[in-house]
Amino acid sequence: MIAALRSEYRKTVTTRMWWVLLLAMAGYMAFLGGSMAVALAIDPTAGTGAGDPDVAVTIDPVDLARTVYSIAVTFGYVFPAVIGAMAVTGEYRHQTLTPTYLADPRRGRVLVAKMVATLPVGLVFGVAGAVSTVAAGAGALMLLGESPMLGEPEVLRTIGLSVLALGVWALVGVGFGAAMPNQVAAIVVLLAFTQLVEPLARVFLAVFEATAHVAKWLPGAAGEAVTGASFFSATGMHDLLPWWQGLLVLLGYAVALGALGSLTTLRRDVT
Amino acid sequence: MTGEGSGDGVVAVNGLTKRFGPVSAVEDLTFSVGPGRVTGFLGPNGAGKTTTLRMLLGLVEPTSGTATVDGHRYSELSHPARVIGAALEAASFHPGRSARDHLRVYAPQAGVTDARCDEVLDVVGLAQVARRRVGGFSLGMRQRLGLATTLLGDPQVLVLDEPANGLDPEGIVWLRGYLRHLASEGRTVLVSSHMLSEVQQTVDDVVIISRGRLVHASPLAELAARARRSVVVTSPDHEGLQRLVTHRWPTHGTDPEPAPGRVELEGVTAAEVGAAAHAAGLELHELSVREVALEDVFLEMTSAAPAHEEVAA
Repeated sequence: MIAALRSEYRKTVTTRMWWVLLLAMAGYMAFLGGSMAVALAIDPTAGTGAGDPDVAVTIDPVDLARTVYSIAVTFGYVFPAVIGAMAVTGEYRHQTLTPTYLADPRRGRVLVAKMVATLPVGLVFGVAGAVSTVAAGAGALMLLGESPMLGEPEVLRTIGLSVLALGVWALVGVGFGAAMPNQVAAIVVLLAFTQLVEPLARVFLAVFEATAHVAKWLPGAAGEAVTGASFFSATGMHDLLPWWQGLLVLLGYAVALGALGSLTTLRRDVT
Repeated sequence: MTGEGSGDGVVAVNGLTKRFGPVSAVEDLTFSVGPGRVTGFLGPNGAGKTTTLRMLLGLVEPTSGTATVDGHRYSELSHPARVIGAALEAASFHPGRSARDHLRVYAPQAGVTDARCDEVLDVVGLAQVARRRVGGFSLGMRQRLGLATTLLGDPQVLVLDEPANGLDPEGIVWLRGYLRHLASEGRTVLVSSHMLSEVQQTVDDVVIISRGRLVHASPLAELAARARRSVVVTSPDHEGLQRLVTHRWPTHGTDPEPAPGRVELEGVTAAEVGAAAHAAGLELHELSVREVALEDVFLEMTSAAPAHEEVAA
Protein backbone atom coordinates (compact mmCIF):
# COMPACT_ATOMS: atom_id res chain seq x y z
CA MET A 1 0.00 0.00 0.00
CA ILE A 2 2.88 2.37 0.80
CA ALA A 3 4.31 1.71 -2.67
CA ALA A 4 0.91 2.37 -4.26
CA LEU A 5 0.63 5.66 -2.34
CA ARG A 6 4.09 6.82 -3.38
CA SER A 7 3.31 5.93 -6.97
CA GLU A 8 0.04 7.89 -6.92
CA TYR A 9 1.66 10.87 -5.21
CA ARG A 10 4.40 10.94 -7.85
CA LYS A 11 1.80 10.78 -10.61
CA THR A 12 0.25 14.01 -9.37
CA VAL A 13 3.39 16.02 -8.72
CA THR A 14 5.26 15.04 -11.89
CA THR A 15 2.82 16.84 -14.17
CA ARG A 16 2.03 20.52 -14.37
CA MET A 17 -1.73 20.29 -14.03
CA TRP A 18 -1.80 20.50 -10.24
CA TRP A 19 -0.12 23.87 -9.98
CA VAL A 20 -1.94 25.30 -12.99
CA LEU A 21 -5.21 24.49 -11.20
CA LEU A 22 -3.77 25.69 -7.90
CA LEU A 23 -2.90 29.09 -9.35
CA ALA A 24 -6.29 29.31 -11.05
CA MET A 25 -7.99 28.53 -7.76
CA ALA A 26 -5.93 31.07 -5.81
CA GLY A 27 -6.71 33.78 -8.37
CA TYR A 28 -10.41 32.97 -8.56
CA MET A 29 -10.77 32.78 -4.78
CA ALA A 30 -8.94 36.08 -4.25
CA PHE A 31 -11.32 37.69 -6.71
CA LEU A 32 -14.42 36.15 -5.12
CA GLY A 33 -13.23 36.77 -1.55
CA GLY A 34 -12.53 40.41 -2.30
CA SER A 35 -15.68 41.11 -4.26
CA MET A 36 -17.91 39.20 -1.87
CA ALA A 37 -16.46 41.12 1.07
CA VAL A 38 -17.20 44.37 -0.70
CA ALA A 39 -20.72 43.32 -1.67
CA LEU A 40 -21.67 42.00 1.74
CA ALA A 41 -20.04 44.84 3.68
CA ILE A 42 -21.75 47.51 1.63
CA ASP A 43 -25.13 45.78 1.43
CA PRO A 44 -25.54 42.90 3.88
CA THR A 45 -28.60 41.71 2.00
CA ALA A 46 -26.72 41.31 -1.28
CA GLY A 47 -26.92 37.90 -2.77
CA THR A 48 -30.24 36.96 -1.23
CA GLY A 49 -31.73 37.38 -4.62
CA ALA A 50 -33.95 40.37 -5.12
CA GLY A 51 -33.08 42.15 -1.90
CA ASP A 52 -36.56 41.14 -0.85
CA PRO A 53 -37.09 42.67 2.62
CA ASP A 54 -38.93 39.51 3.78
CA VAL A 55 -35.97 37.30 2.95
CA ALA A 56 -33.19 39.76 3.65
CA VAL A 57 -31.31 39.16 6.84
CA THR A 58 -28.71 41.51 8.19
CA ILE A 59 -25.50 39.64 8.93
CA ASP A 60 -23.45 40.39 12.03
CA PRO A 61 -19.74 41.17 11.49
CA VAL A 62 -18.45 37.76 12.67
CA ASP A 63 -20.87 35.89 10.44
CA LEU A 64 -20.02 38.21 7.61
CA ALA A 65 -16.33 37.47 8.00
CA ARG A 66 -16.99 33.72 8.22
CA THR A 67 -19.19 33.83 5.13
CA VAL A 68 -16.54 35.68 3.18
CA TYR A 69 -13.66 33.50 4.37
CA SER A 70 -15.44 30.25 3.57
CA ILE A 71 -16.26 31.35 0.02
CA ALA A 72 -13.65 28.89 -1.29
CA VAL A 73 -15.80 26.06 0.05
CA THR A 74 -18.94 27.60 -1.42
CA PHE A 75 -17.65 28.25 -4.94
CA GLY A 76 -14.04 27.05 -5.14
CA TYR A 77 -14.46 23.39 -4.24
CA VAL A 78 -14.62 22.53 -7.93
CA PHE A 79 -10.80 22.89 -8.11
CA PRO A 80 -9.85 20.13 -5.64
CA ALA A 81 -12.74 18.08 -7.05
CA VAL A 82 -11.31 18.39 -10.57
CA ILE A 83 -7.74 17.55 -9.53
CA GLY A 84 -9.13 14.50 -7.70
CA ALA A 85 -11.21 13.39 -10.68
CA MET A 86 -8.22 13.80 -13.00
CA ALA A 87 -6.22 11.38 -10.86
CA VAL A 88 -8.52 8.73 -12.35
CA THR A 89 -9.67 10.18 -15.67
CA GLY A 90 -6.13 11.21 -16.66
CA GLU A 91 -5.16 7.53 -16.62
CA TYR A 92 -7.87 6.81 -19.15
CA ARG A 93 -7.15 9.86 -21.26
CA HIS A 94 -3.44 9.11 -21.61
CA GLN A 95 -3.86 5.31 -21.57
CA THR A 96 -1.55 5.10 -18.57
CA LEU A 97 -4.06 2.77 -16.94
CA THR A 98 -2.23 -0.11 -18.62
CA PRO A 99 1.15 0.48 -16.93
CA THR A 100 -0.68 1.39 -13.71
CA TYR A 101 -2.51 -1.95 -13.56
CA LEU A 102 0.63 -3.76 -14.70
CA ALA A 103 2.45 -2.26 -11.72
CA ASP A 104 -0.42 -3.17 -9.39
CA PRO A 105 -3.12 -5.53 -10.66
CA ARG A 106 -5.23 -5.04 -7.52
CA ARG A 107 -7.53 -2.38 -8.89
CA GLY A 108 -9.39 -1.64 -5.67
CA ARG A 109 -6.10 -0.89 -3.96
CA VAL A 110 -5.12 1.46 -6.78
CA LEU A 111 -8.35 3.42 -6.28
CA VAL A 112 -7.96 3.58 -2.50
CA ALA A 113 -4.34 4.70 -2.98
CA LYS A 114 -5.53 7.42 -5.34
CA MET A 115 -7.98 8.67 -2.71
CA VAL A 116 -5.49 8.61 0.14
CA ALA A 117 -2.68 10.16 -1.92
CA THR A 118 -5.01 12.87 -3.21
CA LEU A 119 -6.00 14.02 0.31
CA PRO A 120 -2.76 15.97 0.95
CA VAL A 121 -3.01 17.45 -2.54
CA GLY A 122 -6.58 18.51 -1.72
CA LEU A 123 -5.37 20.03 1.54
CA VAL A 124 -2.76 22.05 -0.35
CA PHE A 125 -5.61 23.32 -2.55
CA GLY A 126 -7.51 24.03 0.66
CA VAL A 127 -4.66 26.10 2.04
CA ALA A 128 -4.24 27.98 -1.22
CA GLY A 129 -7.99 28.61 -1.48
CA ALA A 130 -8.34 29.68 2.15
CA VAL A 131 -5.25 31.89 2.17
CA SER A 132 -6.15 33.74 -1.02
CA THR A 133 -9.80 34.14 0.04
CA VAL A 134 -8.89 35.43 3.49
CA ALA A 135 -6.12 37.72 2.20
CA ALA A 136 -8.37 39.34 -0.39
CA GLY A 137 -11.47 39.29 1.82
CA ALA A 138 -9.76 40.72 4.89
CA GLY A 139 -8.01 43.32 2.77
CA ALA A 140 -11.29 44.43 1.24
CA LEU A 141 -13.00 44.58 4.64
CA MET A 142 -10.21 46.72 6.07
CA LEU A 143 -10.29 49.07 3.10
CA LEU A 144 -13.99 49.54 3.74
CA GLY A 145 -13.30 50.30 7.37
CA GLU A 146 -14.73 47.02 8.64
CA SER A 147 -12.88 44.75 11.03
CA PRO A 148 -11.53 41.62 9.34
CA MET A 149 -12.36 39.70 12.56
CA LEU A 150 -9.22 37.61 12.21
CA GLY A 151 -8.83 37.50 16.01
CA GLU A 152 -12.16 35.75 16.52
CA PRO A 153 -11.72 32.03 17.36
CA GLU A 154 -14.93 31.20 15.51
CA VAL A 155 -13.60 32.87 12.40
CA LEU A 156 -10.26 31.09 12.64
CA ARG A 157 -12.06 27.79 13.13
CA THR A 158 -14.08 28.37 9.98
CA ILE A 159 -10.91 29.11 8.03
CA GLY A 160 -9.21 25.96 9.35
CA LEU A 161 -12.21 23.78 8.63
CA SER A 162 -12.54 25.20 5.14
CA VAL A 163 -9.08 23.77 4.41
CA LEU A 164 -10.30 20.37 5.63
CA ALA A 165 -13.51 20.60 3.58
CA LEU A 166 -11.59 21.41 0.41
CA GLY A 167 -9.23 18.49 1.10
CA VAL A 168 -12.17 16.11 1.37
CA TRP A 169 -13.57 17.54 -1.86
CA ALA A 170 -10.51 16.15 -3.64
CA LEU A 171 -11.56 12.68 -2.41
CA VAL A 172 -15.07 13.23 -3.74
CA GLY A 173 -13.40 14.12 -7.03
CA VAL A 174 -11.46 10.82 -7.08
CA GLY A 175 -14.69 8.90 -6.43
CA PHE A 176 -16.45 10.85 -9.14
CA GLY A 177 -13.64 10.18 -11.61
CA ALA A 178 -13.91 6.46 -10.89
CA ALA A 179 -17.64 6.58 -11.56
CA MET A 180 -17.20 8.68 -14.72
CA PRO A 181 -13.76 7.93 -16.22
CA ASN A 182 -14.21 9.96 -19.41
CA GLN A 183 -12.15 13.05 -18.62
CA VAL A 184 -14.04 15.58 -20.69
CA ALA A 185 -17.41 14.32 -19.49
CA ALA A 186 -16.25 14.25 -15.88
CA ILE A 187 -14.96 17.83 -15.93
CA VAL A 188 -18.03 19.16 -17.74
CA VAL A 189 -20.38 17.42 -15.30
CA LEU A 190 -18.35 18.59 -12.29
CA LEU A 191 -18.38 22.19 -13.50
CA ALA A 192 -22.08 22.10 -14.36
CA PHE A 193 -23.08 20.43 -11.12
CA THR A 194 -20.99 22.53 -8.77
CA GLN A 195 -21.41 25.90 -10.46
CA LEU A 196 -24.99 25.64 -11.68
CA VAL A 197 -27.05 22.59 -10.77
CA GLU A 198 -26.41 22.47 -7.04
CA PRO A 199 -26.69 26.24 -6.42
CA LEU A 200 -29.97 26.30 -8.36
CA ALA A 201 -31.20 23.17 -6.62
CA ARG A 202 -30.48 24.73 -3.25
CA VAL A 203 -32.43 27.84 -4.18
CA PHE A 204 -35.42 25.93 -5.51
CA LEU A 205 -35.47 23.27 -2.82
CA ALA A 206 -35.50 26.07 -0.24
CA VAL A 207 -38.65 27.50 -1.75
CA PHE A 208 -40.87 24.62 -0.66
CA GLU A 209 -41.19 23.63 2.96
CA ALA A 210 -41.35 19.92 2.12
CA THR A 211 -38.02 19.97 0.30
CA ALA A 212 -36.22 22.68 2.25
CA HIS A 213 -34.50 20.17 4.51
CA VAL A 214 -33.21 18.15 1.54
CA ALA A 215 -30.85 20.89 0.43
CA LYS A 216 -28.51 20.50 3.37
CA TRP A 217 -27.69 16.93 2.29
CA LEU A 218 -26.37 18.03 -1.09
CA PRO A 219 -22.58 17.71 -1.33
CA GLY A 220 -21.91 21.44 -1.65
CA ALA A 221 -24.05 22.15 1.39
CA ALA A 222 -22.31 19.37 3.31
CA GLY A 223 -18.94 20.92 2.46
CA GLU A 224 -20.11 24.29 3.71
CA ALA A 225 -21.48 22.67 6.82
CA VAL A 226 -17.93 21.55 7.68
CA THR A 227 -16.88 25.19 7.89
CA GLY A 228 -20.00 26.14 9.83
CA ALA A 229 -20.62 29.07 7.54
CA SER A 230 -22.29 29.39 4.23
CA PHE A 231 -23.05 32.05 1.76
CA PHE A 232 -26.40 30.36 1.24
CA SER A 233 -27.30 29.85 4.89
CA ALA A 234 -26.02 33.27 5.93
CA THR A 235 -28.46 34.70 3.47
CA GLY A 236 -31.20 32.74 5.18
CA MET A 237 -31.89 30.30 2.39
CA HIS A 238 -31.57 27.08 4.30
CA ASP A 239 -29.85 25.66 7.35
CA LEU A 240 -26.71 23.51 7.50
CA LEU A 241 -25.82 20.20 9.14
CA PRO A 242 -23.55 20.25 12.20
CA TRP A 243 -19.91 20.39 11.03
CA TRP A 244 -19.06 16.76 11.80
CA GLN A 245 -22.19 15.51 10.09
CA GLY A 246 -21.29 17.62 7.09
CA LEU A 247 -17.86 15.99 7.06
CA LEU A 248 -19.35 12.51 7.24
CA VAL A 249 -21.83 13.27 4.46
CA LEU A 250 -19.05 14.60 2.24
CA LEU A 251 -16.89 11.55 2.96
CA GLY A 252 -19.97 9.45 2.28
CA TYR A 253 -20.23 10.94 -1.20
CA ALA A 254 -16.55 10.11 -1.83
CA VAL A 255 -16.97 6.52 -0.66
CA ALA A 256 -20.29 5.99 -2.47
CA LEU A 257 -18.93 7.31 -5.76
CA GLY A 258 -15.76 5.26 -5.33
CA ALA A 259 -17.83 2.14 -4.64
CA LEU A 260 -19.93 2.83 -7.73
CA GLY A 261 -16.73 3.19 -9.74
CA SER A 262 -15.29 -0.06 -8.44
CA LEU A 263 -18.47 -1.90 -9.36
CA THR A 264 -18.50 -0.48 -12.88
CA THR A 265 -15.36 1.18 -14.23
CA LEU A 266 -12.83 -0.96 -12.38
CA ARG A 267 -14.33 -4.20 -13.62
CA ARG A 268 -13.99 -3.31 -17.26
CA ASP A 269 -11.35 -4.81 -19.49
CA VAL A 270 -8.45 -2.48 -20.18
CA THR A 271 -8.00 -2.58 -23.93
CA MET B 1 10.68 -11.54 -1.35
CA THR B 2 8.17 -14.33 -1.45
CA GLY B 3 10.20 -16.42 -3.82
CA GLU B 4 8.65 -14.61 -6.75
CA GLY B 5 11.03 -13.84 -9.54
CA SER B 6 12.90 -17.06 -8.97
CA GLY B 7 10.23 -19.09 -10.77
CA ASP B 8 10.71 -21.18 -13.87
CA GLY B 9 9.89 -18.27 -16.16
CA VAL B 10 7.39 -20.30 -18.14
CA VAL B 11 4.47 -18.49 -19.71
CA ALA B 12 1.61 -20.96 -20.11
CA VAL B 13 -1.57 -20.28 -22.03
CA ASN B 14 -4.21 -22.93 -21.68
CA GLY B 15 -7.54 -23.09 -23.50
CA LEU B 16 -7.63 -19.31 -23.49
CA THR B 17 -10.79 -17.86 -24.99
CA LYS B 18 -12.14 -14.33 -25.23
CA ARG B 19 -15.44 -13.45 -26.80
CA PHE B 20 -16.73 -9.94 -27.25
CA GLY B 21 -20.44 -10.55 -27.68
CA PRO B 22 -20.84 -12.98 -30.58
CA VAL B 23 -17.33 -12.29 -31.87
CA SER B 24 -14.59 -14.64 -30.81
CA ALA B 25 -11.31 -12.71 -30.52
CA VAL B 26 -9.30 -15.60 -29.09
CA GLU B 27 -10.55 -19.16 -29.28
CA ASP B 28 -9.21 -22.08 -27.24
CA LEU B 29 -5.60 -20.96 -27.50
CA THR B 30 -2.94 -23.17 -25.92
CA PHE B 31 0.82 -22.72 -26.05
CA SER B 32 3.75 -22.26 -23.75
CA VAL B 33 6.87 -20.16 -23.88
CA GLY B 34 10.08 -21.16 -22.16
CA PRO B 35 13.08 -19.40 -20.65
CA GLY B 36 16.38 -18.75 -22.38
CA ARG B 37 14.73 -18.25 -25.73
CA VAL B 38 13.20 -15.46 -27.73
CA THR B 39 9.74 -16.45 -28.90
CA GLY B 40 7.95 -14.67 -31.70
CA PHE B 41 4.20 -14.35 -31.17
CA LEU B 42 3.01 -13.87 -34.69
CA GLY B 43 -0.16 -13.25 -36.58
CA PRO B 44 -1.71 -10.68 -38.87
CA ASN B 45 -3.26 -7.55 -37.37
CA GLY B 46 -6.50 -8.45 -35.65
CA ALA B 47 -5.45 -12.07 -35.08
CA GLY B 48 -5.88 -11.67 -31.33
CA LYS B 49 -2.24 -11.17 -30.28
CA THR B 50 -2.81 -8.08 -28.16
CA THR B 51 -5.97 -9.50 -26.60
CA THR B 52 -4.03 -12.64 -25.67
CA LEU B 53 -1.23 -10.59 -24.12
CA ARG B 54 -3.72 -8.43 -22.23
CA MET B 55 -5.34 -11.55 -20.79
CA LEU B 56 -1.90 -12.83 -19.76
CA LEU B 57 -1.30 -9.50 -18.02
CA GLY B 58 -4.60 -9.40 -16.16
CA LEU B 59 -5.91 -6.41 -18.09
CA VAL B 60 -8.62 -8.32 -19.92
CA GLU B 61 -10.71 -10.98 -18.24
CA PRO B 62 -10.73 -14.24 -20.25
CA THR B 63 -14.11 -15.74 -21.13
CA SER B 64 -12.52 -19.08 -20.27
CA GLY B 65 -9.13 -20.69 -19.95
CA THR B 66 -6.02 -19.49 -18.16
CA ALA B 67 -2.79 -17.65 -18.83
CA THR B 68 -0.06 -17.90 -16.22
CA VAL B 69 3.51 -16.89 -15.48
CA ASP B 70 5.51 -19.18 -13.21
CA GLY B 71 2.22 -20.98 -12.66
CA HIS B 72 0.50 -17.87 -11.29
CA ARG B 73 -2.17 -15.67 -12.77
CA TYR B 74 -0.97 -12.09 -13.12
CA SER B 75 -3.41 -10.83 -10.49
CA GLU B 76 -1.93 -13.26 -7.97
CA LEU B 77 1.57 -11.81 -8.26
CA SER B 78 2.43 -9.63 -5.30
CA HIS B 79 5.30 -7.88 -7.10
CA PRO B 80 4.49 -8.35 -10.79
CA ALA B 81 7.24 -6.00 -12.00
CA ARG B 82 9.85 -8.35 -10.55
CA VAL B 83 8.39 -11.36 -12.34
CA ILE B 84 7.22 -10.10 -15.70
CA GLY B 85 7.80 -6.84 -17.52
CA ALA B 86 5.48 -5.88 -20.34
CA ALA B 87 5.32 -3.09 -22.90
CA LEU B 88 2.04 -3.11 -24.75
CA GLU B 89 1.77 0.05 -26.77
CA ALA B 90 3.84 3.10 -27.44
CA ALA B 91 1.10 5.48 -26.32
CA SER B 92 0.93 4.62 -22.62
CA PHE B 93 2.72 7.71 -21.38
CA HIS B 94 1.54 10.98 -19.92
CA PRO B 95 2.86 13.51 -22.44
CA GLY B 96 3.64 16.06 -19.72
CA ARG B 97 5.81 13.73 -17.69
CA SER B 98 9.53 13.35 -18.27
CA ALA B 99 10.99 9.97 -19.21
CA ARG B 100 12.68 9.71 -15.83
CA ASP B 101 9.51 10.69 -13.95
CA HIS B 102 7.53 8.14 -15.95
CA LEU B 103 9.81 5.45 -14.55
CA ARG B 104 9.80 6.99 -11.06
CA VAL B 105 6.00 6.71 -11.03
CA TYR B 106 6.21 2.92 -11.37
CA ALA B 107 9.42 2.47 -9.38
CA PRO B 108 7.77 2.15 -5.93
CA GLN B 109 5.72 -0.92 -6.89
CA ALA B 110 8.72 -2.50 -8.59
CA GLY B 111 10.58 -1.84 -5.34
CA VAL B 112 13.42 0.02 -7.00
CA THR B 113 15.15 3.35 -6.47
CA ASP B 114 15.65 6.37 -8.71
CA ALA B 115 19.15 5.05 -9.45
CA ARG B 116 17.61 2.02 -11.15
CA CYS B 117 15.45 4.36 -13.25
CA ASP B 118 18.59 6.10 -14.48
CA GLU B 119 20.23 2.74 -15.10
CA VAL B 120 17.47 1.40 -17.37
CA LEU B 121 17.30 4.73 -19.23
CA ASP B 122 20.99 4.28 -19.92
CA VAL B 123 20.46 0.69 -21.10
CA VAL B 124 17.89 1.74 -23.70
CA GLY B 125 19.89 4.78 -24.77
CA LEU B 126 17.62 7.50 -23.36
CA ALA B 127 19.96 8.87 -20.68
CA GLN B 128 20.47 12.09 -22.66
CA VAL B 129 16.74 12.85 -22.77
CA ALA B 130 15.83 11.54 -19.32
CA ARG B 131 14.43 14.87 -18.17
CA ARG B 132 12.62 15.75 -21.38
CA ARG B 133 8.85 15.47 -21.53
CA VAL B 134 7.60 12.36 -23.31
CA GLY B 135 5.16 14.47 -25.35
CA GLY B 136 8.08 15.47 -27.59
CA PHE B 137 9.37 11.93 -28.06
CA SER B 138 9.39 10.11 -31.39
CA LEU B 139 7.69 6.73 -31.67
CA GLY B 140 11.09 5.06 -31.52
CA MET B 141 11.99 6.89 -28.28
CA ARG B 142 8.64 5.86 -26.79
CA GLN B 143 9.38 2.25 -27.71
CA ARG B 144 12.70 2.52 -25.90
CA LEU B 145 11.02 4.06 -22.87
CA GLY B 146 8.44 1.25 -22.92
CA LEU B 147 11.29 -1.27 -22.91
CA ALA B 148 12.98 0.62 -20.05
CA THR B 149 9.74 0.35 -18.06
CA THR B 150 9.67 -3.42 -18.51
CA LEU B 151 13.25 -3.69 -17.26
CA LEU B 152 12.67 -1.70 -14.04
CA GLY B 153 12.05 -4.67 -11.77
CA ASP B 154 14.69 -6.88 -13.45
CA PRO B 155 12.04 -9.48 -14.33
CA GLN B 156 12.59 -13.04 -15.51
CA VAL B 157 9.94 -12.71 -18.24
CA LEU B 158 9.61 -9.94 -20.84
CA VAL B 159 6.57 -9.40 -23.03
CA LEU B 160 6.90 -6.86 -25.82
CA ASP B 161 4.10 -6.00 -28.21
CA GLU B 162 5.45 -4.95 -31.63
CA PRO B 163 8.62 -3.48 -30.11
CA ALA B 164 10.26 -2.70 -33.43
CA ASN B 165 7.49 -0.32 -34.53
CA GLY B 166 8.90 3.11 -35.13
CA LEU B 167 12.51 2.15 -34.49
CA ASP B 168 15.05 3.29 -37.05
CA PRO B 169 17.20 0.58 -38.70
CA GLU B 170 19.95 1.19 -36.18
CA GLY B 171 17.45 0.84 -33.36
CA ILE B 172 16.14 -2.42 -34.80
CA VAL B 173 19.65 -3.88 -34.94
CA TRP B 174 20.22 -2.78 -31.35
CA LEU B 175 16.89 -4.26 -30.23
CA ARG B 176 17.66 -7.62 -31.85
CA GLY B 177 20.99 -7.78 -30.09
CA TYR B 178 19.49 -6.74 -26.79
CA LEU B 179 16.67 -9.30 -26.93
CA ARG B 180 19.22 -12.03 -27.74
CA HIS B 181 21.25 -10.82 -24.77
CA LEU B 182 18.23 -11.00 -22.45
CA ALA B 183 17.47 -14.54 -23.59
CA SER B 184 21.11 -15.54 -23.14
CA GLU B 185 20.77 -14.49 -19.50
CA GLY B 186 18.10 -17.17 -19.18
CA ARG B 187 15.12 -14.87 -19.44
CA THR B 188 11.89 -15.64 -21.24
CA VAL B 189 11.35 -13.14 -24.06
CA LEU B 190 8.02 -13.03 -25.86
CA VAL B 191 7.86 -10.61 -28.79
CA SER B 192 4.76 -10.08 -30.86
CA SER B 193 4.80 -8.97 -34.45
CA HIS B 194 2.54 -9.04 -37.47
CA MET B 195 5.52 -9.73 -39.71
CA LEU B 196 7.69 -12.79 -39.44
CA SER B 197 10.50 -11.10 -41.38
CA GLU B 198 10.72 -8.46 -38.66
CA VAL B 199 11.64 -10.96 -35.96
CA GLN B 200 13.04 -13.77 -38.11
CA GLN B 201 16.63 -12.93 -37.21
CA THR B 202 15.88 -12.70 -33.50
CA VAL B 203 13.57 -15.50 -32.49
CA ASP B 204 14.28 -19.10 -31.58
CA ASP B 205 10.66 -20.20 -31.46
CA VAL B 206 7.48 -19.10 -33.15
CA VAL B 207 3.87 -19.19 -32.03
CA ILE B 208 1.62 -18.27 -34.92
CA ILE B 209 -2.03 -17.42 -34.51
CA SER B 210 -4.68 -16.40 -36.96
CA ARG B 211 -8.25 -15.33 -36.25
CA GLY B 212 -7.77 -16.09 -32.59
CA ARG B 213 -6.61 -19.68 -33.11
CA LEU B 214 -3.24 -21.34 -32.96
CA VAL B 215 -1.99 -22.32 -36.40
CA HIS B 216 1.61 -23.24 -35.66
CA ALA B 217 4.04 -23.44 -32.75
CA SER B 218 7.57 -24.75 -33.13
CA PRO B 219 11.21 -23.77 -33.17
CA LEU B 220 11.89 -21.36 -36.02
CA ALA B 221 14.10 -23.98 -37.71
CA GLU B 222 11.15 -26.28 -38.08
CA LEU B 223 9.17 -23.55 -39.77
CA ALA B 224 12.16 -22.69 -41.94
CA ALA B 225 12.26 -26.28 -43.17
CA ARG B 226 8.93 -25.63 -44.77
CA ALA B 227 10.39 -22.88 -46.87
CA ARG B 228 11.12 -24.07 -50.38
CA ARG B 229 13.90 -23.23 -52.73
CA SER B 230 13.59 -23.13 -56.49
CA VAL B 231 15.71 -22.47 -59.52
CA VAL B 232 14.59 -19.97 -62.13
CA VAL B 233 15.80 -20.51 -65.68
CA THR B 234 15.21 -18.32 -68.71
CA SER B 235 16.33 -18.89 -72.25
CA PRO B 236 15.73 -17.14 -75.61
CA ASP B 237 15.24 -20.64 -77.07
CA HIS B 238 11.73 -21.25 -75.76
CA GLU B 239 11.26 -24.63 -77.36
CA GLY B 240 14.73 -25.87 -76.42
CA LEU B 241 14.16 -24.96 -72.79
CA GLN B 242 10.77 -26.63 -72.79
CA ARG B 243 12.24 -29.79 -74.31
CA LEU B 244 15.04 -29.90 -71.74
CA VAL B 245 12.66 -29.49 -68.81
CA THR B 246 10.13 -32.01 -70.09
CA HIS B 247 12.93 -34.49 -70.71
CA ARG B 248 14.94 -34.06 -67.49
CA TRP B 249 12.55 -32.81 -64.80
CA PRO B 250 9.00 -33.46 -65.96
CA THR B 251 7.55 -33.17 -62.45
CA HIS B 252 9.58 -30.31 -61.03
CA GLY B 253 7.88 -27.32 -62.56
CA THR B 254 6.14 -24.97 -60.14
CA ASP B 255 4.63 -22.31 -62.34
CA PRO B 256 0.92 -22.82 -62.79
CA GLU B 257 1.05 -20.52 -65.83
CA PRO B 258 4.55 -20.74 -67.25
CA ALA B 259 5.70 -17.85 -69.39
CA PRO B 260 7.41 -18.80 -72.64
CA GLY B 261 11.14 -19.09 -72.14
CA ARG B 262 10.99 -19.12 -68.36
CA VAL B 263 10.63 -22.03 -65.95
CA GLU B 264 10.87 -22.35 -62.20
CA LEU B 265 12.02 -25.73 -60.89
CA GLU B 266 11.91 -27.21 -57.42
CA GLY B 267 14.06 -29.98 -56.03
CA VAL B 268 17.02 -29.35 -58.28
CA THR B 269 20.15 -27.28 -57.87
CA ALA B 270 21.29 -24.47 -60.12
CA ALA B 271 24.43 -26.47 -60.90
CA GLU B 272 22.41 -29.41 -62.21
CA VAL B 273 20.33 -27.16 -64.42
CA GLY B 274 23.40 -25.31 -65.66
CA ALA B 275 25.23 -28.55 -66.49
CA ALA B 276 22.22 -29.99 -68.30
CA ALA B 277 21.75 -26.82 -70.33
CA HIS B 278 25.42 -26.75 -71.24
CA ALA B 279 25.30 -30.40 -72.34
CA ALA B 280 22.22 -29.67 -74.48
CA GLY B 281 23.89 -26.59 -75.95
CA LEU B 282 21.07 -24.40 -74.68
CA GLU B 283 21.70 -20.68 -74.32
CA LEU B 284 20.63 -19.45 -70.87
CA HIS B 285 19.98 -15.83 -69.94
CA GLU B 286 19.14 -16.42 -66.34
CA LEU B 287 19.94 -19.14 -63.89
CA SER B 288 19.10 -18.09 -60.36
CA VAL B 289 18.08 -19.58 -57.05
CA ARG B 290 14.89 -18.22 -55.57
CA GLU B 291 14.12 -18.61 -51.89
CA VAL B 292 10.46 -19.03 -51.18
CA ALA B 293 10.62 -16.65 -48.28
CA LEU B 294 9.69 -17.77 -44.80
CA GLU B 295 7.35 -14.81 -44.82
CA ASP B 296 5.37 -16.47 -47.63
CA VAL B 297 5.09 -19.65 -45.61
CA PHE B 298 3.84 -17.52 -42.74
CA LEU B 299 1.34 -15.68 -44.92
CA GLU B 300 0.07 -18.94 -46.36
CA MET B 301 -0.46 -20.34 -42.86
CA THR B 302 -2.26 -17.33 -41.49
CA SER B 303 -4.53 -16.87 -44.48
CA ALA B 304 -5.42 -20.56 -44.68
CA ALA B 305 -6.92 -20.55 -41.21
CA PRO B 306 -10.66 -21.14 -40.90
CA ALA B 307 -12.93 -18.18 -41.40
CA HIS B 308 -13.78 -15.96 -38.46
CA GLU B 309 -16.25 -17.89 -36.41
CA GLU B 310 -19.45 -16.54 -35.13
CA VAL B 311 -20.18 -18.12 -31.80
CA ALA B 312 -23.74 -18.42 -30.62
CA ALA B 313 -24.15 -16.09 -27.66
